[in-house]
Amino acid sequence: MDAIVAEGLRKRYKDVQALDGVSFAVREGEVFGLLGPNGAGKSTTVRVLTTLTQPDEGRAFVAGEDVVRHPNRVRGSIGYVAQDSGVDWEATARENLLLQGRIHGMAGKPLHARVDELLELVDLRDAANRVSRGYSGGMKRRLDIAIGLVHRPRVLFLDEPTTGLDPEARAAMWVEVERLAAAESLTILLTTHYLEEADRLAERVAIVSRGKVVVEGTPDDLKRDLAGESVTVELAEANGQVAEAERVLTALTDDVHVDGQSLRARVPNGAEAIPRILGALDDAGIPVAAVTTARPSLDDVYLHYTGRDFSSEDEAGK
Amino acid sequence: MTTQLFRHTGWMVVRQVRNLMREPIWIAMMVIQPMLWLVLYGQLFKRVGAQGPASGSYVEFLTPGVVAMNAFFGGMWSGMAMIADLDRHVIDRFLAAPTVRVAIVLSQVVRAGITAILQALILLLVALALGVRVHGGALGWLVVFAGAALLCGVFAGFSHGIALLMRKEASMIAAANFVGMPLMFLSSILVSIALMPGWIRAIARYNPVDWGAHAMRNAVLTGGHWGSTGVYLALLVAAAAATSLFATWCFRAYQRSL
Repeated sequence: MDAIVAEGLRKRYKDVQALDGVSFAVREGEVFGLLGPNGAGKSTTVRVLTTLTQPDEGRAFVAGEDVVRHPNRVRGSIGYVAQDSGVDWEATARENLLLQGRIHGMAGKPLHARVDELLELVDLRDAANRVSRGYSGGMKRRLDIAIGLVHRPRVLFLDEPTTGLDPEARAAMWVEVERLAAAESLTILLTTHYLEEADRLAERVAIVSRGKVVVEGTPDDLKRDLAGESVTVELAEANGQVAEAERVLTALTDDVHVDGQSLRARVPNGAEAIPRILGALDDAGIPVAAVTTARPSLDDVYLHYTGRDFSSEDEAGK
Repeated sequence: MTTQLFRHTGWMVVRQVRNLMREPIWIAMMVIQPMLWLVLYGQLFKRVGAQGPASGSYVEFLTPGVVAMNAFFGGMWSGMAMIADLDRHVIDRFLAAPTVRVAIVLSQVVRAGITAILQALILLLVALALGVRVHGGALGWLVVFAGAALLCGVFAGFSHGIALLMRKEASMIAAANFVGMPLMFLSSILVSIALMPGWIRAIARYNPVDWGAHAMRNAVLTGGHWGSTGVYLALLVAAAAATSLFATWCFRAYQRSL
């Protein structure tokens, strides 16, 4: 059975079409990644699935329940770790967890045992009775995740779990999520705008762009479907020649993308294509500083399906 | 469903009170500020105020007024807690869980009311030390507590509605001052009705702050007029219900905006 089903979700905020027909399904026990830049519609999708907001059109089911018709049933079986921490700063980790458990109808010994178990699991036992105002970003994030897990939800939503964390804390969080997925046998829906994060954690991903899912599959499949390799050409000299170089590459390759002085493109076979590219650029009188090839990354997948560069769109989204 | 509402409200009240108790400055303010007002205004308006409907010292006249003022300002500013919760996304976290929605707002109003009662108690004790007598006896004390809680509730509902609509501290402060200051001076908190110009007296009749001040003044000064005291308390109950509904409506508007 599918743990999450979204069918044609649409949602408009004043002049922004946040969701423009989002559809996807997540299997039970799977870690699924919604991948896309800021403003693509990931968080809005999560807010619909966690019953925080209602879609204008479309339907969605989480743990078998309709999010619009039976929101309270959905709330009982999900954990939601929002993009922004929902930790009560003036309360200790333990108090945060106890209150969340009570809201979910837990009480007494089972609740206290569960809270102890989670404090252990997210490594907050020593800080458990300290007011969380003084916690580091990583500690607050781990507490957020524990709060989302108190009632043993079937589905966990992790909205941008590592945004705002330093690289070290991010790596630690990845290990954490992997461990949780195994230990709690959860279905996890993860949103992220870090390609490596989706690549590392998600069994399947859906790429979201402008309120739509543009492609869905395992990271490996998506990369494999993009047959061939990516070629990056760094030009040696400045400006006027970038457009010229783009023309040359467009004749020889696919998915040409310009980023300052470097051009990226996709070819079936790098070793074969490089001499031809270099030859053509040489004929056109364009000096080249460096050429590299690589197996396609999710970055290339993103570029291919949206026609836009991931990092540059991400900047625009901010 | 109702038991759920009570339980959830209870947990939320416990959470808020506990969090407040962790702010030593807040506790100091809560205790010291009312005393300061009582002593300061007692001196400042000594020659002005005492020509009230009943005999007794000005401090005696002032005590119920300061209780009312505290309850009123406490309620007026209580929405700041909601803004802090919104800012820290605690509210969204509760909303994604099966929290009884009404409890989120109701608990804030209840918490504000409890605070007002505690402050009223402190004020009455200080006033006793200054020689004030509560002429209404045990019933008088009860009326003061009920009046303080209700008056605070009226403005807590209003304040939370504004907080949920504005969602910004600066706007909230501006709104609280804009509404709060006139309401304080258009009431008999500091000076007796007899000393007010006619037009202020006319406006004050519709001012909940004045209703609270009157009810409590009856309880402390005269220990009588229970009929009119009852009417004032009933008016406060109605007003508190109305502003709580307003706050609930604003909370729905916030949920729709998500």
